[in-house]
Amino acid sequence: MYAVGFFAFLHLPLLTLAVFSFNSSRFTVWERFSLDWYRAIFRDPQLIEATWNSTIVAIVATAISTVVGTLCAYGLWKRGSRLVTGTLYLSLVTPEIVTGISLLALFQWIFRWLHWHLGLYTVILAHVAFSIAYVVIVVSARLRTVSRSLEEAAMDLGANEWEAFFYVILPALGPGIVAAALLALTVSFDDFVITSMVAGVDSETLPMVIYAMARRGASPVINAISALVTVFFGIFVLISERIRES
Amino acid sequence: MKLRFWFILPTWVWLTGLFGAPFAIVLAYSFLTRGYYGGVVQPWTLENYQRLVDPLYLRILLRSFIMAFAATGLCLILAFPAAVFISRSAKHKHLYIQLVMLPFWTSFLVRTYAWLFLLRDTGLVNTVLQRVGIIHSPLPLLYNDGAVLLGLVYAYLPFMVLPIYATLERLDPSLPEAAADLGARPWATLLHVIVPLSRPGIVAGAVLVFIPCLGAYLTPDLLGGGRTVLVGNLVQAQFTTGRDWPFGSAVSMILMLLVTILVWAFLRRESEHLA
Amino acid sequence: MLYDRHELRRVDPRMKPVLELRSLVKDYTGQRALAGISLSIPRGSFFSLLGPSGSGKTTTLRMIAGFEEPTSGDVLINGEVVNCRKPYERNVSTVFQSYALFPHLSVRSNIEFGLKRHGIADSEARVVDAIKLVGLIGKEGRRPAQLSGGERQRVALARSLVLAPDVLLLDEPLAALDRNLRKQMRAELKTMQRRVGITFLLVTHDQEEALSMSDQLAVMNEGRIEQIGSPEEVYLHPRSKFVAGFLGAVNWIDGVGVRPEVTRLARESQNHGSKSFPAIVTDSVFLGDCFQVVVRLNSGEEAVAQVHRGSTVFQPGEAVHVCWNPADEITVS
Repeated sequence: MYAVGFFAFLHLPLLTLAVFSFNSSRFTVWERFSLDWYRAIFRDPQLIEATWNSTIVAIVATAISTVVGTLCAYGLWKRGSRLVTGTLYLSLVTPEIVTGISLLALFQWIFRWLHWHLGLYTVILAHVAFSIAYVVIVVSARLRTVSRSLEEAAMDLGANEWEAFFYVILPALGPGIVAAALLALTVSFDDFVITSMVAGVDSETLPMVIYAMARRGASPVINAISALVTVFFGIFVLISERIRES
Repeated sequence: MKLRFWFILPTWVWLTGLFGAPFAIVLAYSFLTRGYYGGVVQPWTLENYQRLVDPLYLRILLRSFIMAFAATGLCLILAFPAAVFISRSAKHKHLYIQLVMLPFWTSFLVRTYAWLFLLRDTGLVNTVLQRVGIIHSPLPLLYNDGAVLLGLVYAYLPFMVLPIYATLERLDPSLPEAAADLGARPWATLLHVIVPLSRPGIVAGAVLVFIPCLGAYLTPDLLGGGRTVLVGNLVQAQFTTGRDWPFGSAVSMILMLLVTILVWAFLRRESEHLA
Repeated sequence: MLYDRHELRRVDPRMKPVLELRSLVKDYTGQRALAGISLSIPRGSFFSLLGPSGSGKTTTLRMIAGFEEPTSGDVLINGEVVNCRKPYERNVSTVFQSYALFPHLSVRSNIEFGLKRHGIADSEARVVDAIKLVGLIGKEGRRPAQLSGGERQRVALARSLVLAPDVLLLDEPLAALDRNLRKQMRAELKTMQRRVGITFLLVTHDQEEALSMSDQLAVMNEGRIEQIGSPEEVYLHPRSKFVAGFLGAVNWIDGVGVRPEVTRLARESQNHGSKSFPAIVTDSVFLGDCFQVVVRLNSGEEAVAQVHRGSTVFQPGEAVHVCWNPADEITVS
């Protein structure tokens, strides 16, 4: 009853998008089944380059933020720091537009001295900045299930602090780190607001291209892209859940 | 242990460099003046903040608040029954929660675009209504406050469902049973027992929805088509077309201040409740 | 056979005591956990720290292991002060109450862990010996999650013993096991200790455990050691009311203590060298192997006597005489 309507509300819009991505007509009147729009995607060099950029940014930013975030979560687990935790939460709560413009302001200010320009690297830096908080949260949650005596036992048996972390805690964290990385990947891949503020002229990402197209009006190509992106994300989520459950 | 210092150091560097420093710069900019070609120059001034008192901007602020408030309220009304349903279902609880979270995991941009696709003049809603004969020419469903509200609710609904669901799961099942035993009908039990006890979840959900809605930029931009100007759009405009960075910084600071106050109030409340 | 860490040579037992604590004090904010602990543990013995929770026994153990630093006082291992040494720099090993097995490693890898960290090559034989010692042959490949509680404890033991530590610290090792298993493990631990000859230091709140396994034990209370001695000494000749009461039940009659198992009840007053007091039976509880009879003396004091089945059955309300052999008395200062 209500539940059906609720879930329908949540999922139908996306399903409709997907369905009509196979429609040969531009309008929401069903003509015939067609893969034209999908083909159009692969013929558009701008799209392909943007997707490539998004992928690179996501992978690099995720790699950095996962490492930094995991180390931070571990450090906080040994002894909490209200300052660090508070700042991390603050970074999560800050509206994206504010984060975006503040990073833009920072980069422009630095560029006054260095004569550099915005580019893919500024996007990566920005993505790491907001991803760290997510990684810390996920890894911290996992750390809470790890008994402290595990670390003590390792040291008791002859491992120093670093060895205890590397040989005992890290393996125990395994699935948590993977889940955190996947979260960071999806967040990074999907980001638009912050990216649009700090990206250079040649460094467009997929969300930026989608936005530009959407601004010009709806187009079935966007439907097709959306369907692909959704499936892609969906697979990621499934993998993440599987790993989390193990 | 010294090692702990090195572990947190990278995060510290990143937070200071890419969060603290930008914040400080924006704060400084908010007290400076707009340069002739759009940069930021001296003198130091309070003018940017004074400008905010202008009714034009106050109206934008107010509209943002109302929009966020409305979105939160709608989310609450829609999410609560769903959360109750999921927590009551014996078998597929986990599946339902996954279903709720699934849209969240897909691209935010795509989800917002979906409503663009559905509500436009040649969109699905209008086409269906015309085919059925209810209307003869397309309704302007898009590019107005209503569309933005719909987009916001759709985007943040899962954020409201989860905290309420979590609280309901922790509810002692014998409490509603005791209420029934004492003579309360299902509706009364819901109103007088379940709703009050799920307050922590409701408050958490409200905060999780209200704050992003307050600072929303993408949804009003895409679905409001420039006619719905919220605080987020105002800030973005100053840093791009408007070329008035100091003023944009001032607006950002105010927005941050509001958000920080809300979060602080929320955390205070939570720790009071826990104590 | 006594081990020395890397070299496996015989050690002269006349060397300095393997573990010595000198006036150990530990303060936490607003609380003194240890108020001056001094101990000397003979090499190769089975030593227990016995006391209620909060007595400081676990704190003492953790200080010996290196997880806590003393506020003042010294910890000496083989005559060397080790206060500032990290846990991985000390030749003591701990069996944790929760066993703390590494969940991602197999039984064998868990046992090998310490050897690898110390860089000891060719450890295959030692690992196999350890597995044999704890009786886990055939289960080397399993993960901790696939083992029973008792099996996990054996892995924890093997993991620590394989390093041939100077002292093996055991933190309430039997607490997580069920009753029957506990009795079995008590005997096994004792046998194991005799076989390997390593000094065992056990921390427990269970007096039966301490009495049955130890060569010597120290009774702790509120951060202090109340008495050190062999099980018989501490049980039969406790030096304080606390020790007397913690080791077993005591009747305090007329200023002296008498344990229920040596308290006898008789219908007539006894004269041959025993003390005797008139009393009324207030309760008689059948415990299976004996009766526990509660009597109230004329002075108002209550006493419990353990009466074996087969002798006279006492009913509540009867007038009896409580008597005991003065040699069985416990006098405390």
